[in-house]
Amino acid sequence: MTSAVTVAPTNPRQRRFAELFLILLALIIASAGYIASELGYLGSASNSWLPFIGVCAAIFIAAHLAVRRLAPYADPLLLPLAAFLNLVGLVLIHRLDLSDIARAQRSGRAVPRADALAQLTWTAIGIVAFIAILYFLRDHRILQKFTYTALAAGVALLALPLLPFIGTSINGARLWLRIGPLSFQPAELSKICLIIFFAGYLVVKRDALATARSRVAGIDLPRGRDLGPLFIAWAASMAVLVFQRDLGTALLFFGVFIMLLYVATERRSWLVLGGILFVLGATLSYLAFNHVQERFAVWLHPFNDPTGSAYQIVQSLFGLASGGVLGTGLGLGNPQFVPFAKTDFIMSTAGEELGLTGVIVLLMVYAVIAQRGFRIAVAARDAFGTLLAGGLSIVLVLQVFIVVGGVTRLIPLTGLTTPFMSYGGSSLVANWIIIALLIRISDGARRPAPPPRPARDEAMTQVVQL
Amino acid sequence: MNNPLRRLSGFAAVLLIALLINLTYLQVFHANDLRQKPGNSRTVLAEYDRQRGTITVGSKAIAASKPSTGQFSYTRVYSAGELYAHTTGYYSLLYGASALERTENSILSGTDDRLLVDRLSQLLAGQAPKGGSVQTTLLPAAQKAALSGLNGRRGAVIALDPATGAILAMVSSPTFDPNLLASPQAATEREAWGKLQNDPSSPLLNRSIAQVYPPGSTFKLVTAAAALSTGKYTKSSKIFGPAQLALPLSNKKLPNENKKACGPKNQTTLENAIRISCNTALANLGLTIGNDVVAAQAEKFGFNQSFNIPLASATSIYPRDIDRAQTALSSIGQFDVRSTVLQMAMVAAGIGNQGLVMQPYLIDQIRGPDLAVLEATTPSEFGQAVSPEVAAQLRDMMVTVVNSGTGRRAAIPGVQVAGKTGTAQQGNGKPPHAWFVSFAPAKNPTVAVAVIVEDGGGATEISGGRLAAPIARAVMQAVLNR
Repeated sequence: MTSAVTVAPTNPRQRRFAELFLILLALIIASAGYIASELGYLGSASNSWLPFIGVCAAIFIAAHLAVRRLAPYADPLLLPLAAFLNLVGLVLIHRLDLSDIARAQRSGRAVPRADALAQLTWTAIGIVAFIAILYFLRDHRILQKFTYTALAAGVALLALPLLPFIGTSINGARLWLRIGPLSFQPAELSKICLIIFFAGYLVVKRDALATARSRVAGIDLPRGRDLGPLFIAWAASMAVLVFQRDLGTALLFFGVFIMLLYVATERRSWLVLGGILFVLGATLSYLAFNHVQERFAVWLHPFNDPTGSAYQIVQSLFGLASGGVLGTGLGLGNPQFVPFAKTDFIMSTAGEELGLTGVIVLLMVYAVIAQRGFRIAVAARDAFGTLLAGGLSIVLVLQVFIVVGGVTRLIPLTGLTTPFMSYGGSSLVANWIIIALLIRISDGARRPAPPPRPARDEAMTQVVQL
Repeated sequence: MNNPLRRLSGFAAVLLIALLINLTYLQVFHANDLRQKPGNSRTVLAEYDRQRGTITVGSKAIAASKPSTGQFSYTRVYSAGELYAHTTGYYSLLYGASALERTENSILSGTDDRLLVDRLSQLLAGQAPKGGSVQTTLLPAAQKAALSGLNGRRGAVIALDPATGAILAMVSSPTFDPNLLASPQAATEREAWGKLQNDPSSPLLNRSIAQVYPPGSTFKLVTAAAALSTGKYTKSSKIFGPAQLALPLSNKKLPNENKKACGPKNQTTLENAIRISCNTALANLGLTIGNDVVAAQAEKFGFNQSFNIPLASATSIYPRDIDRAQTALSSIGQFDVRSTVLQMAMVAAGIGNQGLVMQPYLIDQIRGPDLAVLEATTPSEFGQAVSPEVAAQLRDMMVTVVNSGTGRRAAIPGVQVAGKTGTAQQGNGKPPHAWFVSFAPAKNPTVAVAVIVEDGGGATEISGGRLAAPIARAVMQAVLNR
C-alpha cells in the first residue's frame, strides 16, 4: 500500500538518445559535404559552413527536443533520416549555387541569390510546422473529424493555381501560386489533405466496400454504387492532368487512393479495377494530349533529339554515367548541365557527384522511412491511424519512385519534387508535416496504455505479504 | 488491414529495388556507352582539361591542343584546317567529334589501355595526364594537289601507295574549317555548325569514303579483269562491239556514246574497247562471262564490304541476283553498282601492284606522350584480286588509255601513266559524274589515284578525262616528286 511497492508500468524504451545521436551524425556528414563541395568546386573552403551547420543543428535539435517532449514514444528513426535527406539536399543545392554564381560571374550578370539560404529558411519553416503539429495535434484521431473539411481543403488547394492573378504557369504546368516574390505549390499540401480525407472516408465505408460485391468473369467486383468514390478519385486525377498538365501529381493521387482502398477493404479487385482505370486514363491522355505523347517519345527515344526535347533527360543520363560507382566527388562534376538540377533532377546531381554509392544510400534512407511508416500503420491502435500512416508512407514511396524513375528513364519523366531533397518550400514543408503526422501516430501506437488501476484483490495480497 | 499493408510494404521495396537496378545499369554497365555518346559535353569537358594528343602528317601537327587562358585549359588548333578537315575531323564541345578525333579518341585523350604505363608514370610524377599522338600516312604535297585540283567543286580524291595500302591523299571537297567547331564560345560554335548543316553541298560529308557513286566506265576495268581471269580472253581477243547493244529481256538498247561501232564489222579487241571505253563491248563481255563471275571479281577488289581505315568507309556495292539486262548495265558500272572513291583507288592500286590488293590505312604510327612508338601499322594484304599476268595485261590496256585513249590529260612527261576514265550517268536529268582512276609509274607504281568530280561530266566520256584526269595527274606528280 505504500509507494515503495507500487509496480512501475513497464516503460517501452523511448530511444530518444539514439535519435539525437543520429541527428548529430547527419550534421557531421552534412558539414563534410558542405566543405567538400567548396573544396571541390572552388579549391578552397570558406568559413560559411560553420553558421550553416550551426543553424541546421539548431533547427533539428529543436525538432528533437519537441519530439522528446511532445511525442516521447515516437519512432526514433524518422526524424534523423528525414533530417539527413534534408541536409543532403541543402548541401547539393549549395553546391549548385556555387556553379550558378560562377556562371553569372563569367557572363558578367548579377550574382543570383543563394538558393541554399532560401531552402534553409524553408527548412526552418518546415520544422516550425512539424513542431506545431506535434504541439497542437495531441491525438491524430482528431483529424478524422475533419474528413470532409480535408476534402474541401484539398480540392481548393488543387484548384487555386487555376485562379487568375495568383495562379502561375511554370514550364507548361499550372501548379504554382505566386504572391509577390513567393511561389508556392499547393498540390503538395493538398496531397496531405486528400490522404486525411481518404483515410477518414475509408474508415467509415470500408465494410460496405469490402463485403457487398458481385462476381463478374470470375473476379469479385464491388457493387456499382460503391464504385462511385473510385471514379471520383479517377476523375479528380484526370482533372489535375487536364487543367494543370501535371502528370506526376495525377499519377500520385490516383495511386495512393487505389492502394488505400486495397488496404481498407483487403480486396485485390480494387487493384485490378484501379489498374484498368490507370491504363484507360493513360491511353486517353496519350491520345488527347500532345505533351503526353512528347513525354513518351522522349522516354522511348531520348537520343532522337538529345539537344531539344530530350535535353534534360539526356543530360541527366550523362551525369549519372559520368558519376559511375563512386561519383565525381562533390563540386567536381557538372550537375549544373541538367536543367532543374536543384528541383526535379536533384537525384541526378547526387548520382553524378556521389555516384551509385551515394544514390543507394539515399534510396535506402527513403526505403527505411517508408518501412518505418508501414510499421507504424500496422502498429496503430485505430483503423484511421492505420490508413493515415499507410497513406502517408505510400505517397512518399510513390513520389520517390515517380520522380527518381523519371530522371533515370525507368519511366516517363513527370514533374515531381524529390521529398526533402528538392529545392522548394511547399514540398519541404509538406513532407515535414507528413513526418510530424507519422511521429504523432507512432507515439500513439507505442505509448504504454495508462497504468491499470490496481485491482482490489491484488492490494489485498500485498497487505497479506506485509 | 495488416496483410495488405505488408504487401504494400513489399511493393514499395520492389519499386525501390527497380530504381536501384536501373541505376546500377546506368551507372555501371551502360555508363561507358553513355560517356562515348556524341554530344556528351561532360566527357569532352573532362578531355578539354587535359592536353589532348596531336594528329600529325609526318612530324608536323595538323591537330594540336594549345594551352588556353579561357574557360578550358586547352584549345584545339588545326594548323591547316581545311586541308585535313576530313582526316582530323572536328572536336566539338557541343557536337562531339568526327573522323580521327573520334576513332582515335582513346589514344588522343590518353585513356587508351596502351597508354596505361604512361598514365601511371604521370600519376606518380604528379603530372597532368597527356594524350598520345597519331601519325597519319598522308603526304602534304599530294593532299594540296588534290584540294587545289578540285578547287571547291564537289568531289573527292584518294591516293594510295599500291604496295602498302597507305593512304597518301584523302580529300573531300568542299571542305570546312574544323577550327570553327573547336571554338570555346558556344555561340560561335552553334553558328558554324548551323551553317555547315544547312550548306547544300554538305561540307562535313567525307565524299572520298563515306559516299558511294555509280562508278561508270572506270568499272570496266573490273569486268575486263574478270574476263581475263577466266583464261578465255587476252587483251587482244576479238570481242563484239556494235554501235548499240540490244539488252536481253527488254526492248531497250544500250548505245555507245558516239553512236558508232567500236571497230570494223562490230568487232574490236579488249584493249581497244578499254582504250576508247566502248560500252557495248564491255556490256556484252559481262553478259558472256555472266554476272556471277563479274560479281566475284568485284568482291575480290573489295566490293560488298566496308573498310576501317580506321574511319569506316561506306560499302561499295556490286549487285548479285540480277537479270541479264541489268548484268549488261552493271558490267559498265551503271544500274545498281555503287562505289566509294576509295574502292576505285583500290582497284587501280591492285592492278598496279601485280594484282595484290592491300588493306588501305590512314594511320602510320601511334605514339605515346613521350613520342615513343606504341604501334606502327604493318601493311597487310586484302587479297590477290587477279594474277600478276592478268594485272600486267590490264596495266598495258590502261597505259594505252593514257597514251592514246580517253585519258590523255593524265599523261606525265617522262613517266608512264596507266589510267581509266569514267562518266557515270546519274539518271533523272542530272549531269554525270566525272571519274578518273590511275597509277604511276605504270611498272612498280608508287601511287594510285581515284578522282571524282560530282555532276561534272558533259555528255561524253572525254569529260571524265577532261575534268578528273588533270587532278589525278597533279596528285601523282606530287607523290612522284617527293
